Amino acid sequence: MALLEVKDIHTYYGAIHALKGISIHVDEGEIVTLIGANGAGKSTTLNTICGILHPGEGTITLDGQPIHELPAHEIVMRGVSQAPEGRRVFGRLTVIENLEMGAYARSDKAGIARDMERVFALFPRLKERAKQVAGTLSGGEQQMLSIGRALMANPRLLLLDEPSMGLSPILVEAIFDTIRQINSQGTTVLLVEQNALMALSIASRGYVLQTGEIVLHDTAAALQENEMVRKAYLGIE
Amino acid sequence: MQAIKVKSRFNWLLPVKAGLLAGVIALLLALVGIVEIANQRPVIPGVLSVGQTLLLLPFLWAGYRAVRQAGSGEEAPPRFWLFVNGALAGLLTGALLTALLLVGKWINLRTVFINASPELYNLLTMGAGPAGVGILVPMIAGLVLGVVVAAISLLPERMRGSVVLGLSLIPVLAILSSALFAGRGLSIGSAIAVFVAATGGSYLWSIMQARVKERINNHPAGQRAAQWSRWALPVLIIALLPLLGKYPSEVMDMVGLYALMGLGLNIVVGFAGLLDLGYVAFFAIGAYVMGVLTSPEIGWTGIHLGFWGALPFAVITATLAGIILGIPVLGMRGDYLAIVTLGFGEIIRLVVLSDWLKPYIGGSNGITRIPKAVIGPLEFGTPQTLYYLIVAGCLIVAFASVRLKPSRLGRAWMALREDEDVAQAMGINLVRTKLLAFATGATFAGLSGAIFASKLTSIYPHSFNFMVSINVLCLIIVGGMGSIPGAIVGSLALVGLPELLREFTEYRLWVYGAALVFMMLNRPEGLVPEARRRLELHESEVESLDESGEKHVTVPG
Repeated sequence: MALLEVKDIHTYYGAIHALKGISIHVDEGEIVTLIGANGAGKSTTLNTICGILHPGEGTITLDGQPIHELPAHEIVMRGVSQAPEGRRVFGRLTVIENLEMGAYARSDKAGIARDMERVFALFPRLKERAKQVAGTLSGGEQQMLSIGRALMANPRLLLLDEPSMGLSPILVEAIFDTIRQINSQGTTVLLVEQNALMALSIASRGYVLQTGEIVLHDTAAALQENEMVRKAYLGIE
Repeated sequence: MQAIKVKSRFNWLLPVKAGLLAGVIALLLALVGIVEIANQRPVIPGVLSVGQTLLLLPFLWAGYRAVRQAGSGEEAPPRFWLFVNGALAGLLTGALLTALLLVGKWINLRTVFINASPELYNLLTMGAGPAGVGILVPMIAGLVLGVVVAAISLLPERMRGSVVLGLSLIPVLAILSSALFAGRGLSIGSAIAVFVAATGGSYLWSIMQARVKERINNHPAGQRAAQWSRWALPVLIIALLPLLGKYPSEVMDMVGLYALMGLGLNIVVGFAGLLDLGYVAFFAIGAYVMGVLTSPEIGWTGIHLGFWGALPFAVITATLAGIILGIPVLGMRGDYLAIVTLGFGEIIRLVVLSDWLKPYIGGSNGITRIPKAVIGPLEFGTPQTLYYLIVAGCLIVAFASVRLKPSRLGRAWMALREDEDVAQAMGINLVRTKLLAFATGATFAGLSGAIFASKLTSIYPHSFNFMVSINVLCLIIVGGMGSIPGAIVGSLALVGLPELLREFTEYRLWVYGAALVFMMLNRPEGLVPEARRRLELHESEVESLDESGEKHVTVPG
């Protein structure tokens, strides 16, 4: 059974029909990517999964349990956490305080301390800057913090929204390496990206979104070879 | 190259700008009438009035700014130029006042500026009248003041601080004595004595400070005493304030009640970032529940409790009102929230005022004969005794705030203030966290309102107007958003100080506005800022530190 099963969800912003029947599934241990242009509905999909938005129709199940009617904070407790688009770290809080906020839903002190060490092992830079206020970090460091903060919830499913946004190519490489590492430690990842090339290189499967609909679903390798994907998202003629 | 060098020695622009700006401020002070009104209160009778002191301030500021900016460069200009700078700035400030006198001589300005009276002209010319040489008096005074400021600024640092302290203490003491003890300011002799004692004392202390501290720190007993005095001194001052008499206690009572509300609103706005403009509603609810349950005039309830019996009900009702207001505004943010809460505040006032509820809560007649609080033989009837009741309330509320801030709930509020969506995605229950913020804030305001009702023994709807909400918001902005001591200092500054200068009552809003603009420009983090906010607002300073190699920015604690 799939870890996450999204079935035919429709999400609306007022009268705007943003998601028009999206169905995806993510199996335990996978990296799955959602690629698509600006405004295709990638972030809306993630926000609907983690409960910040609620679908008008359709169902979302985690381990077979429906979660689409739960408020966001309860979905976190069930093991889904997100590093949002644009990083959105708490700028006035220190790195440590940001990470502690990530573990807000938990009460197991030993587990929190262990995960803090895990995050610092993944991102040694964050350890160096532990006492610095997050607003003064560089873009790459803020991205690391945003991912680290999401990991502090000890999620089974990690949602990453455009982790490459605004970063230099070298940093993007480093971040994607870390994502692979996080995955190999046992966390399932659902990755939303505009940088399709990078995303497909680490994912096992991918979905292509266009104006609120899934237009393509295949293995990452097959998508890399797909004529339409190559033209539209990889910039390869 | 040469041109640049000349410029660094003497920059005409600095004194001209400072002088003209100060001149505009002096004109404003003169024409709004604040100078003339304050002229009725002496600092040194026959020599200097509060109004004249007020008018001196722009001159001093102009001189200070011109001299400091000129003297702060890499290549400080020769001393002579500093005097020219100061004198020129003062002269220009005076020139604008002279221009006012000149215009006033030919045109009757009173059709537009009602305060441009002969008395004002007399004041500006120091009694010489606007005819003949008198017209030059402001310029001459400006010239002299500019030179004096330059001279003071050339003193060695320690002595300069002491002289400034000594000089500013004279008007402060004069105002305190006349406001609190119906005095008539200081005599020349006592003014000189104050100046000498303050200047000499602070100069001696600045020299001896290091040695005295070392001595104390070398003795274990001294160390203990120093540690004790850090706590004992403020406690003693707070405890003994009512000995000053009835009127100062009355002022401190108002300061305390506003501080109570400030601490509450600080939780809603400062901690949780929810801008509430209808905060007075909870104050009113606290006061009215106290009134309805205790006053013998209100018969329909069949209940006549004492202060202590009614207090829990007043506070709990306010808490519930906080939750009830919170529910409809859960989904609102920022401006929308501000508008809706503003409406709520007005609704409560209008409901209280309405004929519909008149048989139950008195309508525009209000509720009178509310009893005082009594513990055993002690009745909190006089301002002096009430003061202790209010201080006790403040202590409880301040203690609660201090404990809440670093708690789990406090961190949730902080995350909410920073980013509502992300806070939610971190597992924070938005509904609960917001409602708890509204409820806690309302509880504190309810407590304040209940004490207020018992203090006045009568309450009327007009005591609970929109301005109360604005005053409370202003005081936490001035004190420092999110800072607990800030709420108390802000209350002292915005509620306490205006009481000392009663004649400024009609300029109260004017002064609030000026204070807010000044604070936003020069100290946006408030008088006693929260550590975090200070960091955020002075980030540019932090970044400049970065370039010089110092990189670590840490939050203390």
